[in-house]
Amino acid sequence: MENKKQIDWKKYVITFFITATIFGTAIYASNFFNNKRIDEIKSIQESISTNIMSSETQVSLLSDLDCQDVGSSMLSTELNSLASRIEYSEKNINNADEEVQQLKKAYSLLEIKDYLLMKRLSTRCNKQFVFALYFYADSAKCPDCDKASTILTYLREKYPELRVYSFDYNLDLSALKTLITISKIKDNLPAIVIDGKAIEWPQDKDSLEKIIKAKYPKDAKVATTTSSTSTKK
Amino acid sequence: MQTIVSTLGTTVIFFSLYFEVFLLISLFESKKKRKELSTLEYYFPPVTILIPIWNEESTIVDTVESLLNLDYPKDKLHIMVIDDGSTDRSLEALQKFKGHPIVEVYSKPNGGKYTALNFGIEKMKTDFVGCLDADSFVDKNALKNIMRRFTDPEVMAVTPSMIIEKPSNILRKMQRAEYSYGNFMRKAYGSIGAIHITPGPFSFFRKEVFQKIGMYKHAHNTEDMEMAMRMQKNHMMIVNEPGALVFTVGPDTIKKLYKQRVRWVSGFLGNLIDYRAMLLNKKHGDLGLIVLPFAAFQIIITFILIGISIHKTGMQVYKYIYQLMTVGFSAPIFDFGWFFVDTSVLSILTVTLFLFIISLIMYGYKTVYGKWRISIEMFYFVFLYSFIAPFWLIKSVYNNIKGVHAPWR
Repeated sequence: MENKKQIDWKKYVITFFITATIFGTAIYASNFFNNKRIDEIKSIQESISTNIMSSETQVSLLSDLDCQDVGSSMLSTELNSLASRIEYSEKNINNADEEVQQLKKAYSLLEIKDYLLMKRLSTRCNKQFVFALYFYADSAKCPDCDKASTILTYLREKYPELRVYSFDYNLDLSALKTLITISKIKDNLPAIVIDGKAIEWPQDKDSLEKIIKAKYPKDAKVATTTSSTSTKK
Repeated sequence: MQTIVSTLGTTVIFFSLYFEVFLLISLFESKKKRKELSTLEYYFPPVTILIPIWNEESTIVDTVESLLNLDYPKDKLHIMVIDDGSTDRSLEALQKFKGHPIVEVYSKPNGGKYTALNFGIEKMKTDFVGCLDADSFVDKNALKNIMRRFTDPEVMAVTPSMIIEKPSNILRKMQRAEYSYGNFMRKAYGSIGAIHITPGPFSFFRKEVFQKIGMYKHAHNTEDMEMAMRMQKNHMMIVNEPGALVFTVGPDTIKKLYKQRVRWVSGFLGNLIDYRAMLLNKKHGDLGLIVLPFAAFQIIITFILIGISIHKTGMQVYKYIYQLMTVGFSAPIFDFGWFFVDTSVLSILTVTLFLFIISLIMYGYKTVYGKWRISIEMFYFVFLYSFIAPFWLIKSVYNNIKGVHAPWR
């Protein structure tokens, strides 16, 4: 009456191959979507690049500038969209670090170009933006950067004409290094430059808000901000 | 930390998928054999059905009557109700069957379900015996479908398919999906000779099983699992008959469900420890090599998943509290669009596993109702169980470490 059992090893091996195939498909699908993301980032960057060039050309062409014609809000919205995508990719696309870093460099370059253009517009069209350059590093090198990012995100929501440009201090980009040099930033992070003047990290929201409030135009109307790219954990 | 969570999650999903695929292949392989079984001639040997009761005054009459309605020759059927020292009016209710030619009622001092079963086995005069819990009812074809499986002399026990009938609330609906999943598992285990529970409601045995390997034991209050494990240890064949339908009600409150599951899982762990020699033992075939190890692994998996959930929720809560402390209250900003949908390998695999489980529950429905169906209760089962199951798992592990016996009620 005994029911002796035999092991069908072939079934164990077949099961392994089927499971491995499911895993392989999941990895392929994940890579496929990540590549799509990178393509989307590239496409946004190209669009921003074209828009910046167009705005620069407009500014150069029009000696008697009609400031109404040179839009900036659309460009800033695109930069925001790009920033949030790069931030997401930095955190979630582990196997494409190098590619994401390249995109981040391109983004930083676009930020610098936007910053310079907006400064020119601000002067020529008498638009009163408050410009904040924010330099961060990862939380191991800059324990206060998370706090600074949170405060700046909050402030740029509250003060639409505060334009925050965020830069990874350690990004290997010559234009960024030049910006760091001319802004007289040391490696004491987080570092913030308000309207061209480096300020000491004020440690809390109220102190930083006080500095920005002092420079903020009373009759501010247009909401123009850029998002910060977070530090990679 | 992110890497640890991802590695653990991926490992858990790999083993879970491996196990599900293994069972599906096994079922697929046994398709031809199952087709042959469905053409078996009916076989009507004398059989005794034991109903151990303890305070079942509200259901016992219906349970006995469902047995009297069985499509089985009445001169071959013996129903034995064993009252295990009830303190309610169960015995009064059973007066209805006084003098009935095939219903016998016995009363004994309270000693636990296994003592009532042993009492009946000692008194019975047939070569086959089955049991039915007093909160369960049977389909009229259940017994004849079961008994024809005994035409194979190798078969020592047959288990049925269990159904939660007409679930009255979400909790019972979840259990219906769970039982459907259980029916798939039992069918798959049956195809590889790895059934390790002979459920209290309507499992049947040859009398010689008890003569050869002994009577029921206390077995951490899960005598149905221990008996199956003992049979497997002695290489006795247990099969599943999907066409034998047993309806049960299932707990209707979280508290009752929690108590039932603590008893089941504590008993499972206790028996697993008692029969640990079978784990990873080639002599016991797929049961020893994959089914029992995976059952044990499932407990560990649950603890890993609890850990991952606590970590993820904790990170979100920390982030929010941090923001609250830094800048005060401000509405959280969400990013929308396909770009921000999580398409990590772990997420895709989690969705795949989820779809696998839903498909297997659907298969379980097909086994019982004969057609594929999808219903909201499957989602209740997959999502809501994830929140409540950890509580009884933790308590069961605690019970086993501390040597606490989970009570019946």
